[in-house]
Amino acid sequence: MSRQTPNSASSSEAKGRAAAAVIEAEPPASEASVEARKAEQKARIKGLDRETLIELYYQMLLVRRFEEKSAESYSMGKIGGFCHLYIGQEAVAIGAISVIRRDDYVLTSYREHAHALAKGMTADSVMAELYGKATGCSKGKGGSMHMFDKRVGFLGGHAIVGGQIPLATGVAFASKYQGTDQVTLCFFGEAAVNQGAFHESLNMAQLWKLPCIYICENNQYGMGTSLERAMSLKDISLKARAYELAGEIVDGMDVLAVREATERAVARARKESLPTLLEVRTYRFMGHSMSDPGNYRTRAEIEHHQERDPLKLFFATLVETETASEKELADLDKRVREEVAQSVRFADESPEPDPAELYTDIYANPLVSSEAVY
Amino acid sequence: MAVITIREALNQALREELQRDKNVFLMGEEVAAYQGAYKVTKGLLEEFGPKRVIDTPITELGFAGLGVGAAMVGLRPIVEFMTWNFSILATDQIINSAAKMLYMSGGQFKIPMVFRGPGGSAFQVSSQHSQALESWYAYFPGLKVVMPSTPADAKGLLKSAIRDDDPVIFIEQERMYGQKGEVPDDEDFLIPLGVADVKRAGTDATIVARSLMVPLALKAAEELEKQGVSCEVIDPRTIRPLDIGTIIKSVKKTNRVVVAEESHPFCGVAGEISAEINERAFDYLDAPVRRVSGADVPMPYAKNLENLAIPGVEQIIAAVREVAYL
Ligand SMILES: Cc1ncc(C[n+]2csc(CCOP(=O)(O)OP(=O)(O)O)c2C)c(N)n1
Ligand SMILES: [Mg+2]
Repeated sequence: MSRQTPNSASSSEAKGRAAAAVIEAEPPASEASVEARKAEQKARIKGLDRETLIELYYQMLLVRRFEEKSAESYSMGKIGGFCHLYIGQEAVAIGAISVIRRDDYVLTSYREHAHALAKGMTADSVMAELYGKATGCSKGKGGSMHMFDKRVGFLGGHAIVGGQIPLATGVAFASKYQGTDQVTLCFFGEAAVNQGAFHESLNMAQLWKLPCIYICENNQYGMGTSLERAMSLKDISLKARAYELAGEIVDGMDVLAVREATERAVARARKESLPTLLEVRTYRFMGHSMSDPGNYRTRAEIEHHQERDPLKLFFATLVETETASEKELADLDKRVREEVAQSVRFADESPEPDPAELYTDIYANPLVSSEAVY
Repeated sequence: MAVITIREALNQALREELQRDKNVFLMGEEVAAYQGAYKVTKGLLEEFGPKRVIDTPITELGFAGLGVGAAMVGLRPIVEFMTWNFSILATDQIINSAAKMLYMSGGQFKIPMVFRGPGGSAFQVSSQHSQALESWYAYFPGLKVVMPSTPADAKGLLKSAIRDDDPVIFIEQERMYGQKGEVPDDEDFLIPLGVADVKRAGTDATIVARSLMVPLALKAAEELEKQGVSCEVIDPRTIRPLDIGTIIKSVKKTNRVVVAEESHPFCGVAGEISAEINERAFDYLDAPVRRVSGADVPMPYAKNLENLAIPGVEQIIAAVREVAYL
């Protein structure tokens, strides 16, 4: 590390103290070689049936193509506002959500198209929401950052950094209160870890033994600020210990690694009603949002991570283990592209929300007196 | 009808609603073992147990958000703020989550919950512990804001708030917990949200007052009666939704209005009521609407300064005499 603490130049003693305070972390998973990763993923594949593996690949591909199409539509002015793409991080949402049930819950941030699709929402309803149409999952009122679908337990899409963490804690609280065995997955970026909401929530979750799995998607940047420049204790998984939670570092470029870690956490939540913090190390290949020029990181850095593209890795694993042929996977890609193209047609052709919708859904209970105003 | 304090009335409402619906639970700092910082939740832990009456860490943002999440999937949380001053730490979850969830989910997730606790001026606790925040919360579509001024209103409104399917900001007045009044014994005694109450009928001037200002307005009205001015005192009871119809009806009769409040005047509720009156009944006014508000300063500690910062009976009387051109 080239940066120095302000007083380290003048006092070597202070420098020594600062060094002693640094907690030794494992090398980040992203440092492992591509070959080593392949070997690991091949080892993980054992015991998983072909259908599951193909489904995982299909889901990751769907997200990749969906996001590519979103970028295109955004550039054409069909999608407005902020639009945060998930390209590069597919293994995280797909791997984690693949091990939970339909009646389990998922909450995440504004970077949520993938989580929505993975939880069972249709590409049509997600794309239509991006297009601000009446057929969108939130009737065109939420947009890219606020997708919801009660039927599949997808509880948003939240755009205040860290805001979903107390909410998810409350959802898990409710499951415990109601005596069900449902679990809640709560996703957030590494920058959200610096918010009070994260710390307040983890404290309550362990104190009250709530079945919530906190999944930190550490893509190393919060907008243009690297984790290095924003976090004193950089090993996020260690923060679990401050609240006595189980914590784990996970390779976020390996969909099977994410799956396995989430399975362990889900079992802990479902059977023992205990929370877990997973620090999943990943990387986003695109800008923070569609409007990000991205001049805070080098081309070389991005390319380095693209070598570890979670889709490429999984493709190679599937082919090399003869789980699927290249031809089969190419055919699958064609189907996925058609599914996404169909969602764009659906969104395009769908009507805008009725102007009367402006004033609906503000209150659940109507006014009792016609004389009153809100 | 029993004569009880506002504190006891609130306690009854909480007890009855906890009995009525097992999805209702209560959480906050010191609400359980300590019996409530202001003893509003006295006896509830003993009756309902630690599953439903929950002591929280001092973590306002956290437990406010936890409540909203629980409400998303079917529970009916009552979140107590030890005082509303501390809700400032939780405003992100109240405003960005609770108020907006139904709307941004296209009607899928209602938030049936109550945030409650004492607010407004307290006794000599200076700037950070003595302030009125209703205009903040009333500003946001999606929230309802309730401020009772009598034991009966406190009970009937709190029960309605707990049964309501929207997030309700329920602001009790810290100085008024000990005030006594008659309360109906009926377990289903409810006062609907959004309905004002005429606390005293009159013909010459209307005083709109809420919370702490209601008893003061009634005293002022008594005094003014002796001076030959008959005042109508209206307590909106809920700030949002605001029963403007009842106020306008009164204005059309008296043609003169004073709005009294203990909060700061700037961007306040009295300003809003005044604007509504101007838009709806300008032609009926014989004098400009007059506001009596708290001083536009942080609350001071010294007793004499504190007294100067909170409107009193004399100021309300002076304002009524002013609009009556006396
Ligand atoms: C409370 C808050 N502050 C600032 C922002 C603006 N903002 C949006 S995303 C973001 C970076 C968040 O980074 P991270 O949590 O790592 O998630 P990522 O975008 O990498 O998925 C910022 C600063 C916000 N939405 N909310
Ligand atoms: Mg990040």
